[in-house]
Amino acid sequence: MEYFLTEEQKTLKSLAHRIAEERILPVRAELDEKEQFPTDLLKEMAASDLFRVFIPEKYEGLGGGSLDLCLIVEELSRVCSAVAVSYAATALGAYAIILYGTEEQKQKYLPAIASGKIAAFGLTEPTAGSDASGIKTTAQKTPEGYILNGTKQFITNGGDAEIYTIIALTDKTRGARGASAFIVEKDTPGFTFGKKEKKIGIRASSTRELIFRNCLIPAENLISKEGMGFIVAMKVLDNSRPGISAQALGIAQGAMETAVDYTRQRIQFGQPLISLPVVQYKLADMALNIEAARALVYAVARTIDSGVKSFTEESAMAKVFASDVAMRVTTDAVQICGGAGYMRDYPLEKMMRDAKITQIYEGSNEVLHNAIAIELRKRKGKRE
Amino acid sequence: MNIVVCLKQVPGTTEVKIDPNTNTLIRQGIKAIVNPFDSYALEEGVRLKEKFGGKVTVISMGPPQAADMLKEAISVGADEAILLSDMAFAGSDTLATAATLGKAAEKIKTYDLIICGRQTIDGDTGQVGPELAENLGIPFIAYVSKIEEIANGKMRVQRAVEDGYETIESPLPAVITVAKEINVPRMPSLRGLSKSRSAQIPVWTANDIAADKATIGQAGSGTWVVKVFYPQRIQHAEMIKGEPPVQAKTLVEKLREAKII
Repeated sequence: MEYFLTEEQKTLKSLAHRIAEERILPVRAELDEKEQFPTDLLKEMAASDLFRVFIPEKYEGLGGGSLDLCLIVEELSRVCSAVAVSYAATALGAYAIILYGTEEQKQKYLPAIASGKIAAFGLTEPTAGSDASGIKTTAQKTPEGYILNGTKQFITNGGDAEIYTIIALTDKTRGARGASAFIVEKDTPGFTFGKKEKKIGIRASSTRELIFRNCLIPAENLISKEGMGFIVAMKVLDNSRPGISAQALGIAQGAMETAVDYTRQRIQFGQPLISLPVVQYKLADMALNIEAARALVYAVARTIDSGVKSFTEESAMAKVFASDVAMRVTTDAVQICGGAGYMRDYPLEKMMRDAKITQIYEGSNEVLHNAIAIELRKRKGKRE
Repeated sequence: MNIVVCLKQVPGTTEVKIDPNTNTLIRQGIKAIVNPFDSYALEEGVRLKEKFGGKVTVISMGPPQAADMLKEAISVGADEAILLSDMAFAGSDTLATAATLGKAAEKIKTYDLIICGRQTIDGDTGQVGPELAENLGIPFIAYVSKIEEIANGKMRVQRAVEDGYETIESPLPAVITVAKEINVPRMPSLRGLSKSRSAQIPVWTANDIAADKATIGQAGSGTWVVKVFYPQRIQHAEMIKGEPPVQAKTLVEKLREAKII
């Protein structure tokens, strides 16, 4: 398929491919087994300028767009989506500053992220997941700054990130309209981390609670205005969702390649597995679904890069579609590779474990169906 | 600190063919890679530059296509690259190669250190580094596994020898060849790749470096390859029969007969 990538895009795609093959592949099983955060790999990726891609040129970045980020995340995820998401979650943590930060905030934080400082985004809480309006963390304004109290849950890069974007209530009486976004630096007094979560998949990615107990942050760390927290959060997630679609796409691609490889070699009934019609059908089904997902993910990324204002629906569609494809492809890949597919010596079971989260995080597929339906209702089902 | 790194393009495969007329490798149509040992030399050069300032100039003698490899070198931190390419260089052995590289180094003039890989994976001789130092009349240290210190016009390095390491101090300028343990070569960066895309690689000919024609190319080569052949594969096995103690005894007798033990 010809996707009309620019020379620069081909370059970053092939660099990400090379990093994945030469640096990530040799350690992915070990990182997964030990649930070890890929600090060294992320440093190396930063030295290769991958963190500069999503940062504007003015702040020492390369000013790349959504498609550029997607190409990198896809290539990294093809080998290890846990490493890929540790990278992509930094983009997620940076987006609020890129989109809504003041000039001072941008000057202070974006060059640091461009050079490899890890970031994270904290919205989810024990009482707030798909229903983001259920958050209870508060930010109380005082003459010294804002005082944060509360707990964030399931935060990707939690504990390993240096820079956090946090959504907290500045006005409890106003519900969603009382939320605001803040930048919180690691090592701020009153800001600690809960235990590292044990997950089915993406085990090398770290997930922790963020605990705020009378955590005082400077007033200038408020992003945008008080009350804008949910708008910031929703816009950030609309922007970051194609990255998760690309993660799902990469997982599916990696699983299909592994399955083709194995079924070409494995002899049963006197012939390679890939000669059996039932196996061929499954592989062909993987290929066509992956290509359809890729076409959608790239098209949505390009839509965002074109500068359109609203892309909630498109962004949701790409994430739902690609993640469902990833789950189906990895499950089928394990199935047709049989015992080998199920064994931990072989990468397919990891890919199947990793695929599951893509249907759950950055908006569960159910809540995103809901978002698509709301838009559909608004435009009376017609194409605009 | 100005550093010159010598790179060579080698065939990226073990299935090479030999030209029956010249008895040299046929390099056309074969995917070429940077000699892996040279990538350690380049990485060390770039690290020294990052630490002490200055610049890294990479040089390579080879066909025009070697310019791609030199561009790659720029993507991982080399500042300049020069390709030594001329039909007059064709058929060079290590002696003629070292003569050519030496003339290029003289033209570059300002260098504190020349770094080469310990050997190539095609020729495998490990001779070019020491010959180059000899031509330039400067010190040479082989198999450097660590550069411990560079200060006041001197360097102290560790070199791997058969049963351990030696620490050697040498004045600069000097030539060193580096071993694999010295570093892990970095991945290119996006900014480096962008720089390398637009980089111009100057080509120096025999005239440009004022090389004496008798010292370069085939004329300057002391080695003449008379014949290249694949060793014949001979399968000749004798199975020793009997119980293990008998087998062992027979084997020892046979080895004694053959004067192997």
